[in-house]
Amino acid sequence: MKTDSITVVSRRDFLGGVFSAGALVLGAGVLPLKADTPAGAATWQPSVYLGLEPDGRVIIIAHRSEMGTGIRTALPMIVADELEADWKRVKIEQAIGDKKYGSQDTDGSESIRDFYDPMRDAGATARMMLESAAASKWGVPASECKAKNHEVIHAKSGRKLGYGELVALAAKQPVPKKEELKFKTAAEYRYIGKNVPITDLDDIVVGRAEFGMDARVPGMVYASVERSPVFGGKVKGYDDSEAKKVRGVAKTLTIPPFQQPYGFQPLGGVAVIADNTWAAMQGRKKLKVDWDLGSNASLDSAAYKKTLQETARRACKVARNDGDVDAAFKTAAKIHEAEYYVPHLAHASMEPPVAVAEFKNGKVEAWAPTQNPQAVQETVAKAVGLKPEDVTCHVTLLGGGFGRKSKPDYVAEAAVLSKQLGKPVKVVWSREDDIRFDFYHAVAAMYMKAGTDPKGRPVAWLQRSVFPPIESQDNVDAKYGSFELDMGWNDVPFEIANFRAECGPADTHIRIGWLRSVANIPHAFAVQSFTDELAAAAGRDRVEYLLDVLGKPRKIDLRPPAGRKGDDPYMLDTARMRRVIEIAAEQSGWAKKKPGNGRALGIAVHRSFLTYVATVVEVEVDKGRLSIPRVDMAIDTGKVIHPDRVRAQLEGASVFGTSIALMGEITAANGRVTQSNFNNYPVARMNEAPLETHVHIVASTAPPAGVGEPGVPGMSPAICNAIFAATGKRIRDLPIKKQLA
Amino acid sequence: MIQLTVNGSTKTYDGDPAMPVLWYLRDLLELTGAKFGCGIGLCGACTVHVEGKAIRSCVTNMSDVSGKRVTTIEGLNPSGDHPLQKAWKAANVPQCGYCQAGQIMQAASLLSEKPKPTDREIDQAMQANICRCGTYQRIRQAVKMAAGVRA
Repeated sequence: MKTDSITVVSRRDFLGGVFSAGALVLGAGVLPLKADTPAGAATWQPSVYLGLEPDGRVIIIAHRSEMGTGIRTALPMIVADELEADWKRVKIEQAIGDKKYGSQDTDGSESIRDFYDPMRDAGATARMMLESAAASKWGVPASECKAKNHEVIHAKSGRKLGYGELVALAAKQPVPKKEELKFKTAAEYRYIGKNVPITDLDDIVVGRAEFGMDARVPGMVYASVERSPVFGGKVKGYDDSEAKKVRGVAKTLTIPPFQQPYGFQPLGGVAVIADNTWAAMQGRKKLKVDWDLGSNASLDSAAYKKTLQETARRACKVARNDGDVDAAFKTAAKIHEAEYYVPHLAHASMEPPVAVAEFKNGKVEAWAPTQNPQAVQETVAKAVGLKPEDVTCHVTLLGGGFGRKSKPDYVAEAAVLSKQLGKPVKVVWSREDDIRFDFYHAVAAMYMKAGTDPKGRPVAWLQRSVFPPIESQDNVDAKYGSFELDMGWNDVPFEIANFRAECGPADTHIRIGWLRSVANIPHAFAVQSFTDELAAAAGRDRVEYLLDVLGKPRKIDLRPPAGRKGDDPYMLDTARMRRVIEIAAEQSGWAKKKPGNGRALGIAVHRSFLTYVATVVEVEVDKGRLSIPRVDMAIDTGKVIHPDRVRAQLEGASVFGTSIALMGEITAANGRVTQSNFNNYPVARMNEAPLETHVHIVASTAPPAGVGEPGVPGMSPAICNAIFAATGKRIRDLPIKKQLA
Repeated sequence: MIQLTVNGSTKTYDGDPAMPVLWYLRDLLELTGAKFGCGIGLCGACTVHVEGKAIRSCVTNMSDVSGKRVTTIEGLNPSGDHPLQKAWKAANVPQCGYCQAGQIMQAASLLSEKPKPTDREIDQAMQANICRCGTYQRIRQAVKMAAGVRA
C-alpha cells in the first residue's frame, strides 16, 4: 500500500474521534486544534499516520491493533526514527477503523512487513519538509540543514529550530515525491533495532490500561447472551419469568439467528439485559430456552475424527505434484507410513470477547478489543442495516487476540441489542461462551508416506491433509482448504524429486477460524514429526538428517508460475533455513547433550509468515510426567525493529505451542462443545510451561517478515521429537495429555 | 448493608450480598484493574488482596468481605513504584497486559509472606495465574528481581 503525503481530513478523523473539535481544513493539511485556536496554533498532518503540534508534540497514529505483540510501539518507532523525533515528545493515538489507513486487519503477522515502508515514508516526508522549512527561514540550501532529535540544525552557522517552531512553515513546503525521499542509514537509527519500552507499560502495571472489558459509556447497560448449544440452532421460544426476578435484570431481548454462510455474524440467541454484568449473567442462568437444534446436533468428535482419518487414507485432491511419486515408491528401498492428528483448538484469550456499542440517530459507535475495526464497521453495519461508514469503531487494547478477535460477531451483538434498546449496551462473554462459541482452529488428520533410499533419505514423499476449511465462513459448499495449503504444506522445502501434497474434503459442523499460526500448526507437526521418524528409522542424527533432506542452499519461488514477475524478496531461501537449524543446534548444545535419564532434545524447523524458525526443545520425562527445562529458538525474520518484542513473541509462542502440544483439545458430543473453562480446556501454567526459552535472532538486512505467529508451529513437533528421543514413544495424536503415563 | 474498605476508603454496599467482589469493583466502583477471566477462580486475572492476601475476587462474595480491607492494583501503589511494578517494567514483562494486574497482586501477596521465595515457591504461588501470552519466564524473573534473589 502507499502512503498519501497530504490528506485533507478533519481533526476528528485524524485523531480517531478522540477529540471532538473538527474543522475541515484544506490545502497543506494544517489543522486547527479547536475552532477557537489562535491563528498559527495548528496541527500539521503530513501523513494519515502522523501529526505535529506547534508545541512540538508529535502525534503518531497506531492504526493496527495491540494484542500483545508490541505493534503499538514498533510501528510508531519507525515513524519517529525517520522523523528524527524525540520519543519522549511522541504521543501515540489509536486509530478508529478507517480505510484511509490501509488494512487494519491485525493478523497474519503482517503489521511490520506491510507497513514498514509506509511508516518510513511518513517519517521521512515530514523530516524533509521540516528541513526545507528551516532552510527557507534561514535562507540556506536545504542540503545544509539536518534534522536531529526534534530540531533542525544548520551546522555552518550553529543555528537551531525546534520542530514546534517549524510546524507552520513546514506545512507550506512542497511535499517531496516518493522517489526524492532520503532515508536514514542503519547506523543513524535512534529507535529501530533498539528496545523501547512498550507504549502501555506504565499503565498496565498500575491497572490503568484500558481493555475492551473496561470500556464504559454513560447510560450503558450490560448484556449476557444465551446462544444455541449446537451450531446453527434457533430459538423456538423461551421463558424469562425467573430471569426477570433477578435483582438488576431489566429485560430480555432476542438476537436473530445467522444466515449461512456464517461469516462474522452473531450466532443469535436470547440476551438478558441488566444494570451490571453479574446480574445479567445470573439472569441468564434462569432463562429457559427451547431450541431448534438443527442439523449439527449429531456432531460427535470421535466419529468425525474417524471420517477425517479414513479420508486421508484415500487418494485426495492433488495440491502439488513433483516427479512421479507412485513410480518412485515402487523402487524405494523402504516404505514408511504414519498418521498424525491435531484436534480443534480454542483461542482462549485472557479477555473473553466483549464490546460496547451505541446505536443512536442512525449511526453506531462501538468500543471493542478488535483485531479488525474495518470488519467491525462492515459486520455491524450489516447487522443493523447501516452503511459501514455510519459505524465508528474505537479500538481498545486487546486482552489477547490470537485470531479470535478478527471476527467481530460480539460487537455486532452489542449493536443489535443497542438498536432494540435505544441505549448503549455492553455485551460480556463468559469464559464458557468463549470456549463453546469460538471460531475454532480446524481439526486436521494427516497421512504421510515416504519411500527412502538405502541411506534412509526420501526419494518419494506423499502427504495428505484433511480438515474443515476456513472458507466455510463464506461458502457453505467449501470442503477443501485453500490458503491453508500455503501454510507448511505445498511449501515444504525439502529437496525430494518426487513429492506430492494432497488435500481431502471435510464437512464443517462448527465455526472455523484462524488461530495463531493457523494450518502451520498441524502441517509442521506432521512434516517435522515424520521427518524425525525417518531419521530415527535410518539411525541418523536428526539435525544432520534435517539438513540433508533440506538439500543444497537454494531459493524456491513459491508464487504460482503466472505470478512470477521480477524478484521476490521473500523467496523461500533454504540457506536461511539451514542457518537457523545450525544456530538452534549450536545454542542448545545439540552435539554435546546426549539422551539419557528421560532427558533428550528434539528439533523442528518451519518457515511461516515468511520467517524461519528452528526450535530445539529439551524435555524430561519422569514417571510419565513431562517437563520442559529449556527451549532454544533461532529466528530469521529479516530486519528487526524491536528485538525485545521479537524475543517476547517467541517466548510466548513457546508457551502457546506447549499448550497445544500438551493439553489443547476441543471436542463435541451431540453437537455440543464439551469443554467450557480452564478446568477442562487447560492452557499451560507457569509450572507446565518451558522453564527457559532462549531466543537467538539472526542479524539480517532482508525485508522484515512476520513475528507474532512463526514461533508456534515448531513447538509440537519439537516436543514430540524430544519425547521420542527420551522415551522411544512416538506421539502422533495431539494433545499429549496422558499418553506418557 | 455491607461496609468495607477499598484502597483505603470506606465503602458501603447494600446490593445482593452474593455478588462477587469483582463485579462490585468493576461495575459499581469503576475500578477496572482487576479483570474478568474465567468466573470460577481458575485463572487469577481477578486477583485482589483481602487483608493483604491474594484472593480470587470472581468467587469471593460481597458478604465475605464485610468489614475487611480490599486492595486492588489501583491501590497497590498508584505511582507504580512498588518493587514488583518496578521489576515488571525493568523486565518488560507484559505482552497484552490483561492478566498482569492479577499477576502482580498474586506476586505481592507471595512476597509479603515469603520475602525471599525459592523457585518452587514462586511456581507454586504463580501457577494460580494464567498468562495466555506466555510471559511466565519474565514474571519469574521480575519476582526474583523484586525480591532481590538471584535470577
